Formats: sequence, structure tokens, C-alpha cells
Amino acid sequence: MPSEPKSTENYVEKPKTLAALREEISSGRVKAADLAASYYARIEQKNPRLNAYLSLTRERALAQAERMDDLAAKGDPLPPLAGIPMGIKDVLVMRGAPSTAGSRILENYEPPYDCTTVTRLEAAGAVLLGKLNCDEFAMGSSNENSAFGPVRNPVDPDRVPGGSSGGSAAAVAANLAVATLGSDTGGSIRQPASFCGVVGVLPTWGRVSRYGLIAYASSLDRIGPFAANVRDAATLLGVIAGHDPKDATCSAAPVENYAAESDKPAAGLRIGVPAEYFGEGLDTEVRDAIEKGIAALEGAGCTIKPVSLPHTKYAVPAYYLVATAEASANLARFDGVRYGYRSPRSATLSDMYAHSRDEGFGAEVKRRILLGTYALSAGYYDAYYLKAQQVRRILAEEFLRAFAEVDAIVTPTSPFPAFKIGEKAGDPLAMYLADIYTVTASLAGICGVTVPCGATKAGLPVGMQVLARHMGESTAFRVARAVEASAV
Amino acid sequence: MTAKVTVADVERVAELAHLKLSPEEIEPMQSDLNAILDYMTELNEIDTTGIEPLAQASELMAEQAGAARSGLRADRLEASLPRSDVMPQAPETDGAFFKVPKVIER
Repeated sequence: MPSEPKSTENYVEKPKTLAALREEISSGRVKAADLAASYYARIEQKNPRLNAYLSLTRERALAQAERMDDLAAKGDPLPPLAGIPMGIKDVLVMRGAPSTAGSRILENYEPPYDCTTVTRLEAAGAVLLGKLNCDEFAMGSSNENSAFGPVRNPVDPDRVPGGSSGGSAAAVAANLAVATLGSDTGGSIRQPASFCGVVGVLPTWGRVSRYGLIAYASSLDRIGPFAANVRDAATLLGVIAGHDPKDATCSAAPVENYAAESDKPAAGLRIGVPAEYFGEGLDTEVRDAIEKGIAALEGAGCTIKPVSLPHTKYAVPAYYLVATAEASANLARFDGVRYGYRSPRSATLSDMYAHSRDEGFGAEVKRRILLGTYALSAGYYDAYYLKAQQVRRILAEEFLRAFAEVDAIVTPTSPFPAFKIGEKAGDPLAMYLADIYTVTASLAGICGVTVPCGATKAGLPVGMQVLARHMGESTAFRVARAVEASAV
Repeated sequence: MTAKVTVADVERVAELAHLKLSPEEIEPMQSDLNAILDYMTELNEIDTTGIEPLAQASELMAEQAGAARSGLRADRLEASLPRSDVMPQAPETDGAFFKVPKVIER
């Protein structure tokens, strides 16, 4: 245990780059097994306060690390992520390891298979340290909805790390992993990345296989990486992206060399700035930081153009209708029959379903299931769900029109920096409004990257969201690299 | 779509969703649902007459590419997970089947 008082303990530490670690491991100067052990030591020291990891997968990680060390010792070519210590959001299943999705209902669930992204990371040599805390079933914007306690923001442990992938963001910010995977349905990668001062990627819908992702809202859910820098995030996306026969919604479009593409200068790119993302409700310090970032892009040779996305304000209601409707269907599978929690106090089957779900789910999950069930129930379908799907098309086509004029669009990722734990917890609607700048891209299916872009006077990180058209990840990475290089 | 969710609505929807809410849960849920659904009525400001609903982004990407629809996988029979891997996760099982409380009260 650390000797200094908690209030002054520093949790923020930048991990080394993938390139630096790769060089150390391939040369044999650093053993992957020692690296993994040093990460576990740091996790033991820092995690009790941060609560980023829910469980550790030591045996599996050390066996993988030893395999990588054997390859290095033989002088064999190493796979691209050989020995890289990573963490996995707990909505992604790993065979034989707890996968709770932050919920009591899955507290003792040990899935019998691996999700495709985990399979791909391990095939690329990554060492998976453990499973990361998140809002229950990825429903939340602060990580306070986890059944296993909130994650604390390494920058300021009295503040939230954002959500729902709060553990994934905090782990990278505190160097409890070199990189992590999260999932993003309405902003759950981008917002926590911005709150914790790291890079987060929202791939195009269908770019990354979701086989083995515990589903929240299937027309919106995506898996993406967190990293400490843009190039590493691009490398990771290159590893996990691409067609998977186990996910029928996964695109067969060829995977670009995102890391190499991100090396190309951003000069000449046309950058759109939508006024709708800079209006009422935007914190002035966040606005100042983003405006500096935009000025830096101009300095890097980009052309800055105003664009109009007039339906932006309708995205939050449309999003919460679509997401909760799909959630009410997806979460019907948790019934205490095949796996997960079963309530002991049930005389009949229907009682068993209802008690298991009531005792197993937390308040926000129940709220969303009820909202979605209501919106889909007889007499309301057209007024709510269908209407939201029509608004989704309007929002998506609005983006497509904007992308006819510009190569990328930049916005703040969140209207405000990380807030205090408990500050918004009593007001679900206020929490939903925190997603105002992220849910638009979720509905439209386009891709984006959030990149650190300065900080407030109090030192809280600000993130810039760089959005690009469907399958336009390379462009988003190039722009994000330019923002990163300018060190706003 | 002006929302006014009653206690009876909450109970009805909870039953549809197989959720047995405690009496203390019902009233806060009613007020949350009303606040959220009220906010959602903002969508009424948009005229969506004749707008084709968009269920998922792949439809839009296919339209952009001029393709008829996104590709679906072939409907082939494939092996699923072995029973011996799956059944140990069941709350109650005889090894081959899932056991549940009785379905019909006699």
C-alpha cells in the first residue's frame, strides 16, 4: 500500500508507446512476463482506490506473455502486439473469466467462449490482464451505475471517469494497461476517454465484430480501443477490425492500414465546425480549449469551414428511444434459466423470471427496460420508436450532406469536463443530456476519434471529437494526430 | 405523443418486461418515465411525413454504395457450443436440461 495520504497520491501516468515496448520486447531487454508482472504490481497498488479492474486473468496473461518471450528468444518474428498488457471491458466475454457487464445478474457468469476482439488481440500477441469496470450493461455516462461501485477518475479521484467504459479509460490514464477495449453505444468510449485525457475510437458501425459483446442496443453498439496516443489507437483498430463470419452485421470492407494512414499530414483536409455543438450548455473553458484545437488544425494546413447540422438537438430523445427499445429486447435473455442469477424465492416459472430480474438488475437498467418496453408497447410504437427511426435517418443524411463539403467534423466530445461523483446521479434526464455531442454519430453510424485537446484551469482534460464518414477512420486518425501534435 | 404515465401503466409495462417492482420502486419510476417521455415529445416538432425509417446504418451505407441491401450470411447449419461447456453455467440442471420451477399452478 502507498505510504502517502490518498488525497495527494498521483494516479496519472502515461504508458510507453507500442513502438517503444515492441522494441524492448523483441530485443529481449524486457521480458513480456516481467512487464505483465509489473502491471499487476501497479494494479495492486492503484486499483483499490480507482476500482477500474473488476477481475484479473493472471494465469492466462502470464501464459501468453511466456509464449511471446519464447518467440523473442528464438528470434522468431513477433506479432504486432507481442507482450502488450491490455485490459478488456467487462461487457466482452472471455472464456472461463468472469464477465459481469457490471451487473449482479451476471456476477457468477463465466462464459464458455471468447469474443472475436479478444481472439484477435491474443492472436496479435496482446497480454490480457483482466476485466474492466463499467456501467451496468453499458448503460450510463459516469460509471456510477456499476453494481460493483464507481470507477474513480485518475486525474481527480473525486470525479467520475465518464461512462460507460469508465474502467477502460481510467486504466489507460493511470497506466494500469497500455491500452484497453471498450464499447460505445451513445458515447461510452468517447466521453470517458475525454474525461480521463486519453484517446478513444468509435469505429464505423459494422467495422469491428461484436461476436461476444454482451448486447445493449444492437443497431448502435460498437467495440473500439482506448490508448494513450492516436497512432497506438490506430494500430489497435487495425488488429480488431474486419469481417467476422460470426457477426452477420460485421462489414466485409477491406481494413486499411490505419497506423500508416495516421502518419499522413492533415494539411489540405477540409474540417467542418458545426455551430450546433457550440451553443448553450457548453462550458466556456471547454469551448476555449476546442477553439485552440481548431486554430491548431488551421495552423497545420487544414481548411476550416462552418457546417450546419440543424437537427442535432433531437438526437438525445431519438437516441434514448432507439437504445431503450433495443435494450428491452436484448435484456429479455436474462431470465435465470440458462446462466446468471436466479432468485431463490420463486414458486413458479413466471415468478422466477420476475424476481430474478428485479433482484439482478440495478435501477438504471430497469428504467431503460421499462422505457423501451413502453415505447414498443401496443399503441405507442408509431409515436415513439418509428418516429425515432425516422429522425435517425434525418440526422444521418444531414451528416452525409455535410461530408460532401468537408472531410471531417470537429466538436467538443462532452459539453463539460469530468463532474463530481454523485453530482448528477439523482437526475436521469440530466445524465442523458451529458451525451448530447456523442449520440448523433451513434445514430448515424459514422466513425470518430476523441483526442485530448487541452485542459481546464483546474487541470481537467478536454477532448475533441473528430468525426468522419462511414469507413473514414483513416481521415479521423490523421486529424486527431494533428491535434495531438499541436499539444493544445 | 404526450406522455402521462400512470402507476397502472408502470405496473403493466413492468409485467410485460417480467420485472417485479417493489412498491417503493414504482413511484420514482413513474416520475422518471414522465420526465423522460415529456422530453422526448420534442421529436413532435419535426415533420417526418414520408421519411423512411432507418433501422441501422448498414442500410444507409448500402444505399450510398448503390447496393440493394447489406449482405447477410448464408443460412448454413453449423455446430454450436458443446453442451458440456454450456450447462455448468445453468442455475439448475440435470446435466442435459435446464430445470425451472413449475410452469402451471394446479
